[in-house]
Amino acid sequence: MDAYLRQGDRSVLVTDWLSPEEWTAVGLSLKVALVAMAASLIPGIAIAYALERSRFWGRQVLDVLVHLPLVLPPVVVGYTLLLGFGRRGPIGSFLAEHFGIVLSFRWTGAALACAIMGFPLLVRAIRLSLETVDRKLEDAAGTLGAHPVWVFLFVTLPLILPGIIAGMVLSFAKAMGEFGATITFVSNIPGETQTIPSAIYTFTQVPGGEGGALRLTLVSVVISIAALWASEWMARRVRRKVIA
Amino acid sequence: MDGAARQAKGYRLMILDVDLHHRQGSFTLEARFQSDGRLTALFGPSGSGKTTLVNIIGGLVRPDAGRISVKERILIDTAQNIFVPRHRRRIGYVFQEARLFPHLNVRQNLLFGRFFTPRRERVSSFDAIVEMLGIAHLLNRWPTTLSGGERQRVAIGRALLTDPQLLLMDEPLASLDEDRKTEIYPYIERLRDEAGVPMVLVSHSVAEVARLATSVVVLNDGRVTASGPASEILRHTRFFQHMGPAEAGALIETRVLRHDDAYGLTVLQAAAGALTVSRVDLPLGAPVRVRLRARDIMLSLAPPDGMSALNVLPGTITAIEPVDASSMDVTLDCGGDGIVASVTRKSVERLGLKVGLPVHAIIKSVAFDREALGSPRMGNM
Repeated sequence: MDAYLRQGDRSVLVTDWLSPEEWTAVGLSLKVALVAMAASLIPGIAIAYALERSRFWGRQVLDVLVHLPLVLPPVVVGYTLLLGFGRRGPIGSFLAEHFGIVLSFRWTGAALACAIMGFPLLVRAIRLSLETVDRKLEDAAGTLGAHPVWVFLFVTLPLILPGIIAGMVLSFAKAMGEFGATITFVSNIPGETQTIPSAIYTFTQVPGGEGGALRLTLVSVVISIAALWASEWMARRVRRKVIA
Repeated sequence: MDGAARQAKGYRLMILDVDLHHRQGSFTLEARFQSDGRLTALFGPSGSGKTTLVNIIGGLVRPDAGRISVKERILIDTAQNIFVPRHRRRIGYVFQEARLFPHLNVRQNLLFGRFFTPRRERVSSFDAIVEMLGIAHLLNRWPTTLSGGERQRVAIGRALLTDPQLLLMDEPLASLDEDRKTEIYPYIERLRDEAGVPMVLVSHSVAEVARLATSVVVLNDGRVTASGPASEILRHTRFFQHMGPAEAGALIETRVLRHDDAYGLTVLQAAAGALTVSRVDLPLGAPVRVRLRARDIMLSLAPPDGMSALNVLPGTITAIEPVDASSMDVTLDCGGDGIVASVTRKSVERLGLKVGLPVHAIIKSVAFDREALGSPRMGNM
């Protein structure tokens, strides 16, 4: 999509309204946020389940680690990522050497930073809904012959779906707005790592950039409202089945 | 298996064999019993450990020590370190609250367990069970739109469709009002008599146990105080002291002899004679199980005369047991049926009652327990 947008073909999408650079930032933001959300979903569910349901050594430590991005300054998270995942960082050099994966100053790195910043929100939302699941239903599923894995997939998971949706929206919204961690870890490269917030920041730094900043602000507001509305709609559909 | 061969030799398959020791906080469960009944009632006051016991049988609670086997398959044996997890026990469990899955409709709920049942062990027919439980018209409904009685029937169907070796029912009717209960009883009776799945029913209602059970295990404060065939256990008042001595009584199997429409009465034929009760809507010859509560039976040395009671059965005293300081249980043999009368110690002495003495049991017709006037075999109706 963004390749198409980058060509600046404005015949279909209405839009002299946004410059090609602005479209690129919007497309990139969406891509980064969606990838961040999708990538953190399964680890988010797994960690929420582990924290809520099991007692294991190091549970407290994991709990604190997951919540750290919520309380740390985003710049600190970004810098830590740079230290760890940068070309010369221990994880970054390992990934580059063995898998050819480079995260720093790439849009994938932006997605990683966004995923980590949104992770505590995702985990918290899922944990909250796990708390409300009636364990007796899971017991009943067990007596009906379902192995614990199937109990989770067929009973627990559908019952926490509203919480998962809420968590995904929070994670997406957080990713759309992430600035500090992203700019520290992957900088502000137009077309590669310049998301909406970085683009707005850039606009405010140059004379005559107010127009662009304002337009991207509006786009940002529209996307956020749309995400919120979509999640409400999905949650209502799910809830109608579960409670109605 | 060599079960068939064993049975040919007159061996009776033991359905449930329990020997357990389990502590939960300050409560200790010490249960040891066997049952070969089609429907075994676990009976006792709340807090006596009934639910803990079925939870252990169902695999929801792991006992501290002991063993359980169902149809001679060992499910738990702490000495041998055997613990079959709940999903491999093949024991159906109907809970007090139906516990239907709210995100699945009735059909999906019913088929949930069947999905996990090995294909070659799926013998019950979906249509037959749905029809037997009268839930065919509910298949596309959501659990939240069902009434309490409907939910329990779906829960029973869901458990049955897994083709369980044993069906546990933990007070499945406790949350229902009287009308709903009477709606479900016939289905449980049909299950007991037609489905061939042995059941364990947790109950604290004597009337319910009297109507449904073939075997009874009495639990008190975590201990088994009595176990055996329902007719044996139910007639002894001392097992039921916690309910007030009012509830115990003998179970008698009778048949409808004739209806006396002019007076709105029905005459039932028991082993020792005829019993007249208020009109029961059953065809002639239909079997009826009645309960004669011990406190409703008076004893007389001579055949009574000039009394309003219509029912008098002659019998012979077979046992006299003290219940507490003032009352005693007198057991009579009335033509093969055991009947228990609760009388005062003073009367026993005054009348000179002793084992072997012929007496007459006077039963007021109003003393018949309406709820126990159910038919034990719906299939024959």
